[in-house]
Amino acid sequence: MTPKFKAQAGTFESSDIMILIEPLEKDSGRKVDISSTVILQFEEDIKKTINQVLDRLQVKDLHLIAKDKGALTQTIEARVETAVKRSLGIQEGTM
Amino acid sequence: MVKKKRRSMLYIPGNNPAMIQQAGVYGCDAVLLDLEDAVALNQKDAARILVRNMLKTVNFYDTEVCVRVNNFHTPFGLTDLEEIVPLQPDNIRFPKTETVADVKEFMKEVRRIEKEHGIKNPTMTIHVMIETAKGVANVYDIAAADPRIDAITIGGQDLTADMGIIKTPDGVGIDYARKRIVMAGKANDLDVLDTIFADVNDDEGLREETEYIKKIGFAGKALINPRQVDVVHDVFNPTENEVRKAYRVYSEFIKNKKAGIGVFAIDGKMVDAPVVQRAITVLEYAKIDLKEIEKNAG
Repeated sequence: MTPKFKAQAGTFESSDIMILIEPLEKDSGRKVDISSTVILQFEEDIKKTINQVLDRLQVKDLHLIAKDKGALTQTIEARVETAVKRSLGIQEGTM
Repeated sequence: MVKKKRRSMLYIPGNNPAMIQQAGVYGCDAVLLDLEDAVALNQKDAARILVRNMLKTVNFYDTEVCVRVNNFHTPFGLTDLEEIVPLQPDNIRFPKTETVADVKEFMKEVRRIEKEHGIKNPTMTIHVMIETAKGVANVYDIAAADPRIDAITIGGQDLTADMGIIKTPDGVGIDYARKRIVMAGKANDLDVLDTIFADVNDDEGLREETEYIKKIGFAGKALINPRQVDVVHDVFNPTENEVRKAYRVYSEFIKNKKAGIGVFAIDGKMVDAPVVQRAITVLEYAKIDLKEIEKNAG
């Protein structure tokens, strides 16, 4: 599936992560940019978690920007899933 | 079996990961992960997914976990159930219950989802929330509407709004509703739980209100801040003197029962079944195992 709209989920609060998704042109692939307060320790883990959710939901051709404030894995998974579903138009939310 | 305590039930906004992941360490008897009033309309989807993930992974230790879903008559209620019921939290709280038909409709969906997920022996119980004048009027029937209901609770903020009155510190506007709901709950052997106390800076007001609701029969109170936990527990916990007296009553009751005596006296005061029942309630709150007393009394 390919995102249809720009979408976001999450907050800038501590223990949360803000996910922004922008659709890209067909066959552009997946671009993930991460900034985090714990980037040195957990960059790879955060990236892996994000990619696992995107794989599970079978979405491609998107630019995902993550701004993390120390979110646990289950929170990252929840925010990515929410942003993807919003970008696909499956559910409504902010943006 | 020691009865589950529900002195304090702390509301946690369903879209707040920091609070949810710490829910097990606040010291309250139960947490209420809220998908309803504590979540903005445009964040209902985010909260639902977050709470679902947290239920799967967070250790809540021995804190009871309840999820308040949205009412069925909103666009969110059924979707909430689809995500939450398969995870079988300890309980689900059904807000703005007004009629027996509401309960039947809700439980029909709960059972359907459980069946679809192969849950043959569901452990999750139901809390019905009375928040309107119509709900108060029908509360006796609602309390008896389904065997999986194990608690009934009053929502003071919505009830006063529905009645067109202002909630005052003395609670006089909802006093009749409180007492009617207590009676309906007691008549069906349900825990009856009180509404929140909104001013988190007024410990004295919270104490006074908790002392009052304990006197009229509530088993506990909903809270909105972890700071309120200690005050409420302090009110509901029996004193050392009460525990000692209850221990003595129950111990003597066991001894007399073995001798075939139903009614007896301690210090010149008659002890009969209601006195024994009150003693058992005190011992259960003090987490004292009745079986140990029975063994020692033998």
